[in-house]
Amino acid sequence: MSPKPILSAFRQALSEAWAGGAGALLPLGFFAGAAVLVPLGIGTEPGMLRAVGPGILWVSLALSSLVTLERIFQSDVEDGTLDLWLQAGAPVSAIAAAKTFAHWLTAGLPLALMSPVLALMFQAEAGLSLLTGALIYGLGGLAFFFWGGVGAALSATVRRGGLLIALIALPLYVPTAIFGSMAMRGAAFGDTAPLLLAASTLFALAAAPFAMAAALRLAAD
Amino acid sequence: MGMLSAFANPHRFLALSNWLAPLFYGVGAAMIAWGLWQGLWVVPKDDYQGGDIMRVMFIHVPAAWLAMASYSGMAAASFIWFIWRHELADIAAKAIAPLGAVWTALCLATGSIWGKPTWGTWWQWDDARMMSVLFLFFLFLGYMALRAAMDSRQKAARAGAILAMVGALNVPLIKFSVDMFTSLHQDASVITVDGPKMAAVYLWPLMMNGLGHMLLFGGLVMTLMRAEIWTRRAARQRARLLAGA
Amino acid sequence: MLSATNLGILRGERVLFEGVSLSVAPGEAVILRGANGAGKTTLLRILAGLTRPEAGNVTREATHHWIGHREGLKPHETPRTHLKLWGQAWGAEADIDAVLREMGLSRPADVAGRYLSAGQKRRTALARLMLDNRAIWLLDEPFTALDTEGRDQLLAMVARHRQSGGAVIAAVHGDAGFAASREMGL
Repeated sequence: MSPKPILSAFRQALSEAWAGGAGALLPLGFFAGAAVLVPLGIGTEPGMLRAVGPGILWVSLALSSLVTLERIFQSDVEDGTLDLWLQAGAPVSAIAAAKTFAHWLTAGLPLALMSPVLALMFQAEAGLSLLTGALIYGLGGLAFFFWGGVGAALSATVRRGGLLIALIALPLYVPTAIFGSMAMRGAAFGDTAPLLLAASTLFALAAAPFAMAAALRLAAD
Repeated sequence: MGMLSAFANPHRFLALSNWLAPLFYGVGAAMIAWGLWQGLWVVPKDDYQGGDIMRVMFIHVPAAWLAMASYSGMAAASFIWFIWRHELADIAAKAIAPLGAVWTALCLATGSIWGKPTWGTWWQWDDARMMSVLFLFFLFLGYMALRAAMDSRQKAARAGAILAMVGALNVPLIKFSVDMFTSLHQDASVITVDGPKMAAVYLWPLMMNGLGHMLLFGGLVMTLMRAEIWTRRAARQRARLLAGA
Repeated sequence: MLSATNLGILRGERVLFEGVSLSVAPGEAVILRGANGAGKTTLLRILAGLTRPEAGNVTREATHHWIGHREGLKPHETPRTHLKLWGQAWGAEADIDAVLREMGLSRPADVAGRYLSAGQKRRTALARLMLDNRAIWLLDEPFTALDTEGRDQLLAMVARHRQSGGAVIAAVHGDAGFAASREMGL
């Protein structure tokens, strides 16, 4: 086995994301848009915004991942690229992982990097905690994208599969959402919450690619 | 082993379930009837558990058992199908899903009814079991929606099996994380139906209700499986006729 | 080189085909025939290992190229970046410029897939055959959308491939343009 097909899949996914119009701007816009709707809905009292801010960002992150995931395997099915990747001579799970990771780099990591700005708008104190927050959102987002990727691979042949992805992925997002928001609240749990978040993300990285591979073989069948 | 191989063969399954399913219905209904009569009218109410409302336990607890058991059963059937491609295992998984969803919903509804006078709210976010069962409900819904979206029964079987196994892999983690989540706020009054508080008078009616629900569930699974087997046979017949024409 | 025995496949409850066996030896070309919906594409996909048959098995003793009726070209890829990508993925060291020239793709070499004509996309897909030397070619309706010149080009490629000991299995409608070792009806 050579790693070349895996690297090529990674490169193709990156270039496809950048070529798809606005690249990372679109998910960023969605993420910010979803988050700033909240104060309009629940009011602008600073204490309340500070309390709900991290949770709102988690929900927006989860929604953004679901919205962008719909096409990652579906377009491969439609243009025939999936057939080629399945015959590329590398484990399909590795190809799926490479594609999902590339997708996270273009549509997930930028959101994490932008989270300090949104956190400030939600009245968070400026400080180092904003950066640890970005790290936590990045880590949690990675798990979101991998479990969401399973949903995306399973519904790759389904027209308008977006809703189906959301329904499939929602229960799988639970541990990440819980550990993630616990990690954001920090003090109550000390070091355990970030460690649990990291562990559940590692679990997603280890398990999800195999499910994606089985689902992609099915999508091509 | 004899039992298992009987279930692996559609003909033998049809012959067996032909009398086993009605038997399950009959015995199950009798047990539930006795259990409910005991539970709702005979046993004394427990004021510590909220008075008469605790009697909903005789439906709620069996429903909770079946919610958990049915997902395990569906995942096990999916696994068997994935490894050995026994068509009957897929038929079983497909049959369990809607029933599991119904019992899970029953568990949530009765839990909520019990919760209103006890917690003072229809929905207690801090109750780990309610939350876990809710996510189980979503897992069932996703499973059914995915199968329905596939364009042939073979694809539905494969997609369903993958998702059921992914779900089963995640259930312990979901449970653990929800337990962590709810332990953040321990002020909620938690009802314990199991453990030392359970008085002996309640045990028998509860056991009978539990067994009754299991038998009823088993009978319904068999009936749905029989319907699916006949549906597939009919489709095969139709395809054969069309090919001959 | 490639042999399949007793293949059978269901679509829903419909038997698409069953008891299909075929094999190719070096230098041979097998043409699959059949009406629309007879299962030519499905058979080719089974031979490529993309679709799992309900019955039978396939043995491939050499690597293969796959040209399906979907080109495998992304809307943002140009013929040049496409060939470069797959050349790298396969570890092939073909001269991309030469391949583009030979396929008559020099002019649109840097035009994104979404602006290419159907024939140009098809040529790009066929150009993958020249990236890497593989003994078995599985071609699904390879002449679709090609003009006369493209068709002659593909025929020449097939002839060269067979001379050098390669094998071809193709689903073709109408006149294939090359002498088949065998035709198989579905």
